[in-house]
Amino acid sequence: MLNKVVSEIKELKNAIDRPVRLMEVCGTHTVAIFRHGIRDLLPEGIQLLSGPGCPVCVTSIRDVDTVIEISRSRDVIITTFGDMMRVPGASKSLFYAKSEGSDIRIVYSPLDALKIAKDNSSKKVVFFATGFETTSPLVAATISEAENTGINNFFIYSVHKTVPPALRALLESGEVLVDGFILPGHVSTIIGKAPYKFIAADFKKPGVITGFDAFDILSGIRMLLEQIAGGKAAIENQYTKVVKDEGNLRAVSIMNEYFVPSDAEWRGLGILPGSGLELCEKFHHRDIRSVLNPDVSGGREPRACSCGDVLKGIKIPTDCGLFGKACTPEKPVGACMVSSEGTCSAYYRYMGIKES
Amino acid sequence: MDNDTPLIQLSHGSGGRMMHRLIRDYFVPAFDMKSLHDSAVIDNLPPGRLAVTTDSYVISPYFFPGGDIGLLSVCGTVNDLAMAGANPLCLTAGFIIEEGFPFDDLKRILDSMRAVTEKIGVNIITGDTKVVERGKGDGIFINTAGVGVIEDGVDISPLNIRPGDKVIVSGSIGNHGISVMAERNGISFEPKLLSDVQPLHSLVAGMLRETKKIHVLRDPTRGGLATTLKELASASGLGVLINESSIDVRPGVRGACDLLGLDPFYIATEGILVAFVDPGDADRLVEAMKKTDSGKDASVIGEVVETPAQSVLLKTKIGGIRILDMLSGDQLPRIC
Repeated sequence: MLNKVVSEIKELKNAIDRPVRLMEVCGTHTVAIFRHGIRDLLPEGIQLLSGPGCPVCVTSIRDVDTVIEISRSRDVIITTFGDMMRVPGASKSLFYAKSEGSDIRIVYSPLDALKIAKDNSSKKVVFFATGFETTSPLVAATISEAENTGINNFFIYSVHKTVPPALRALLESGEVLVDGFILPGHVSTIIGKAPYKFIAADFKKPGVITGFDAFDILSGIRMLLEQIAGGKAAIENQYTKVVKDEGNLRAVSIMNEYFVPSDAEWRGLGILPGSGLELCEKFHHRDIRSVLNPDVSGGREPRACSCGDVLKGIKIPTDCGLFGKACTPEKPVGACMVSSEGTCSAYYRYMGIKES
Repeated sequence: MDNDTPLIQLSHGSGGRMMHRLIRDYFVPAFDMKSLHDSAVIDNLPPGRLAVTTDSYVISPYFFPGGDIGLLSVCGTVNDLAMAGANPLCLTAGFIIEEGFPFDDLKRILDSMRAVTEKIGVNIITGDTKVVERGKGDGIFINTAGVGVIEDGVDISPLNIRPGDKVIVSGSIGNHGISVMAERNGISFEPKLLSDVQPLHSLVAGMLRETKKIHVLRDPTRGGLATTLKELASASGLGVLINESSIDVRPGVRGACDLLGLDPFYIATEGILVAFVDPGDADRLVEAMKKTDSGKDASVIGEVVETPAQSVLLKTKIGGIRILDMLSGDQLPRIC
């Protein structure tokens, strides 16, 4: 079955008389593409670009620094997902802050953080909430639980992001050299198909909601090539076994009950309008920023970082002056190097640059 | 036992009567120590070269599915000796115990060390105990050191690796790391995942009876199979090509890895070994390994290649090629 899809991809590519650049938007796709060795199976002339990656990697330096600042209070426990621990701020990561004495704990679910709050009633327990539309409904449900059970020492620091506004911002920048989008399966489970329609309608690019095993990903690529070869641009769904066109209405509704869209800063891309989620007015008392009002200045990204251009597909990592010198997997500067499977990190390893 | 408290006190490490009672009633019977002098003396050394190793064990939780810190501290050190081709001769054990540690837990840990040392046929000949204040340790830390003897003609070193060598793995990967991680985080799987912690000295002895010309042996503990292979590729200046479809990953480990976003190739094991051997010896060795309990799932997973030098390539199940590099730190569960 796999061989059939691969040979169909080859035939379709032969019918398209130019190089094709496809962007996978989601970090899980990037990881799966590496794990399965999918690039090896694709014919010459199909380039896979990694998009904004996982929601954790795009957390801004300012947000990491602010959470570290908050963590210095003796009455605060910070809780977060494991992969957030290594994301660098201006000078240090949460891991480093932990070694300096901050109480920072890894959790697997925001509900674990709520339990920590329940068990430590004299402390302010803050969940550093990252994630796309897949995690924000769960965080909303956790706040609902905190409200209902009267756990008043539970707060969040939201750096939640949403996918469609980020794609719109990328496309509106006018520089994106992408012929089609491999759209994220998990996020689409929640939001469905409709929020992506502008990609096809306004920007004439095809997109396919795609699953995560090797067959899913290759099938998604084949569906994109079919559209490109036929000069079409539509949003299609390869992952029909999981994703319904309308998404998960209950999850969307709880997300909308607790969160409102806000402008959000993405590492490497800057501030993208309407691409974040913050707690709505009614639940401001759960927002640690409105309780502690931390003041962190600076936190600007190094000017030479080219992540934005790499994410848009207009530069390759080696075009960046920091690549392999100031920016390495051990000491990453930009989002593309933070993630172990980000574009820059992958280039770094595949090009065999020796660690000094 | 005439201790008047169920918990270890600071005074149990102070050198006085309480410490002597702790040693007399717990450690001496567990380890069959003949003398309590400052040093143990080894009489009648067998011929051959001596191998010496030491390792410290700080695992949390100290009881985990399939084992405990005591079992781990014996197996880990015995396995380090075995990976040098050495037959274990004796061990030492040092304990750092946190004030307030339950005596019952200490007894369970010592019983498990006694059981495994008896099974292996090796004695813990000397030891040490310290007690630290509450909050200054994580329950219990154990250091063990081991001495072993390498028979003449056995020479195990990454420098022996040659292009064409076959790579053998003795069992499935990822069991130890995933079972500990699941226990630590209260995640349960059905059927329950057990750590693979076990001594490998008799497996190695059996392999050496087949041929003394085993090029290199390693047990992929921290960093898992990928890191071990990468270390060997770097040390030998050669490449390693392995097949994903030949590597056994139990469904529970696979499921947990998918759930937590972890890669089983980087998960710690404590009861399997990797061997690089001459291609002519490979099938014979695998057959011999399969006859033992600890090697019954042994198989050839790949081979040594000249290029790309110092790299590990994985041929994926769908036929793609992936590079297995060293991780820059721990694997962390991802969310997306």
